[in-house]
Amino acid sequence: MNSNYQPDEQGFYGDFGGAFIPEMLYPNVEELRQNYLHILGSDEFKTEFHRLLADYVGRPTPLYLAPNLSERYKTNVWLKREDLAHTGAHKINNTVGQVLLARKLGKKRIIAETGAGQHGVATATVCALMNMECIVFMGETDMQRQAPNVARMQMLGAEVRPAKSGSRTLKDATNEAIRYWINHPDDTHYIIGSVVGPHPYPDLVARLQSVISSEISSQLLSHTGRSKPDAVIACVGGGSNAAGAFYHFIESPEVQLIGAEAAGMGVDSGLTAASLHTGSRGIIHGSMTMLMQDEQGQITEPHSISAGLDYPGIGPMHAHLFSSGRATYLAITDHEALQAAFLLSRLEGIIPALETAHALAVLGKVSFGENQLVVINLSGRGDKDLSTYMQKADSYASVR
Amino acid sequence: MHPLDKLFNTRQKEILNIYFTAGYPNPESTGDILRLLEQHGADIVEVGLPFSDPLADGPVIQHSSMVALQQGITIDKILEQLSQVNISIPIVLMGYLNPVLQYGFERFLRNAARAGASAVILPDLPAEVFRAKYQAMYETYGLYPVFLVSPQTSDERIRMLDSLSRGFLYAVSTSSTTGKDKQFGDFEAAWFRRLNGLKLNNPVLAGFGISDNRSLRFVFDHLPGAVVGSALIRHLDASKSDYGIPSFMKHLLNPES
Repeated sequence: MNSNYQPDEQGFYGDFGGAFIPEMLYPNVEELRQNYLHILGSDEFKTEFHRLLADYVGRPTPLYLAPNLSERYKTNVWLKREDLAHTGAHKINNTVGQVLLARKLGKKRIIAETGAGQHGVATATVCALMNMECIVFMGETDMQRQAPNVARMQMLGAEVRPAKSGSRTLKDATNEAIRYWINHPDDTHYIIGSVVGPHPYPDLVARLQSVISSEISSQLLSHTGRSKPDAVIACVGGGSNAAGAFYHFIESPEVQLIGAEAAGMGVDSGLTAASLHTGSRGIIHGSMTMLMQDEQGQITEPHSISAGLDYPGIGPMHAHLFSSGRATYLAITDHEALQAAFLLSRLEGIIPALETAHALAVLGKVSFGENQLVVINLSGRGDKDLSTYMQKADSYASVR
Repeated sequence: MHPLDKLFNTRQKEILNIYFTAGYPNPESTGDILRLLEQHGADIVEVGLPFSDPLADGPVIQHSSMVALQQGITIDKILEQLSQVNISIPIVLMGYLNPVLQYGFERFLRNAARAGASAVILPDLPAEVFRAKYQAMYETYGLYPVFLVSPQTSDERIRMLDSLSRGFLYAVSTSSTTGKDKQFGDFEAAWFRRLNGLKLNNPVLAGFGISDNRSLRFVFDHLPGAVVGSALIRHLDASKSDYGIPSFMKHLLNPES
């Protein structure tokens, strides 16, 4: 695809991206850069990838016209049900693809970082299936707030290693995973769970997740006769589900792209993870992007009620879509996300992940026309967040 | 003459480069530590600019960086401290790219040179970006760029990184983060021989994992010099006026002590 929105040879999306890594990581990242397009494009990979997506993951996931939400917001709200994919989130698309890729590269061990645990579970699952050793790094704080997913990873045979530095969340888990990779360069593949990190990861993950927008397009066509919606909405931490949901619509300016980032207690509260609203240009985890930092260039601690969005940076592709104006990003508070989660549960009988709830909250902030087609990427299910929801249940008892 | 050229013109072996994190163990310790390291046998000092997310470093340097940042250390304060210290051995600044970018790359090089630094190591600055944007700037301010190579780096790339480096080339002893004490053996010997066989322009100093006299001697037997970092930081003692540096250096340099 010739485009202003695809990365160049060095992995830059406009001013953002690249590979800002210590030399110790260079051979690993370079090996990936030289091979990923060839492997992803090979018939053998495509056949195996799509077979597993269909038979193991359960794709295509439904595109569901949510009647009660639609009535509430006087428009047509379609939910792309990634929560119905095996392991309960879109993350599995990426891990199936990257484990296949790692096997082609002859790697024996998989490492991953995880925030909410969905990427860790998806990685542990595919490693179990393909008999690969699996180590998942997770912030100690996240291990506590996402305990069910820790148990799942362990049951699947993965080792979960706590990251004890910093705020003990996703950023620190990522640091630890990168350090492990530096110390084990030969036999280990690092599956980054989002469209972040050094080139080629943002592009690799976006391509593997692009199955989402590809399905949205064909399903919408069969349901409505139109292959393009008026708007696509997705939550953005690193931004992998949004990248996947936007992918095939990026070149169609008539499709409004809306990302929802986690404002935490509010963008001006000091307790936020809204990297586009409060951040500035800088380097995190090997990539030039928008990130939360102080005047000295020290990366600051994010806050969000959702572990999966609790990250001070964002994928470079989103930084570019934001700075070029191609996509709009709204900051959604913890409170707004919780409200949206309870609303979806009661209106449609679907308990969303806290991350996804941020995307759903956009409906309360942006008005759409009666005849418009609005697709929300329902990136994950909320089982893992039940204890948080239960703690808040009284405050949101009246949400209908 | 550039201080690193002067050093390597007079000495070709057993060059000892000692790393420490600026602002650790206390915000005002930088000048004292520099003087003590010079007095007790360092040939080069590498001053670490603390960063919140030091990817190439292990827990020891990460912890020292965190403490230094919590105590309010900044690039300006570090450069101010450097400009006030009077030592004659070369000072190399080692940091990560993001704080330097926020400070302003050219402003950083200008002020670093004014403060008396001789060279800069930024492990996450890609060679391609360096060449395109910053190489000329380093030359303007007389600062030497030093690049890292690892055992996984190809010969061709080692030559390329050597051609970009001035003063010395920094060889990571094994693919690892800093602070992993290790026994040096056949693997490292083969790696160091490979480096020697490449007949590089710059003298090679090896770092990472060198923590005692034995590992230091091993590197000295193969290469012109070595870098020691985490081992010193582990020994820095805020409660003593000499930070424990004299005894650390004595143990490092003398096999019998």
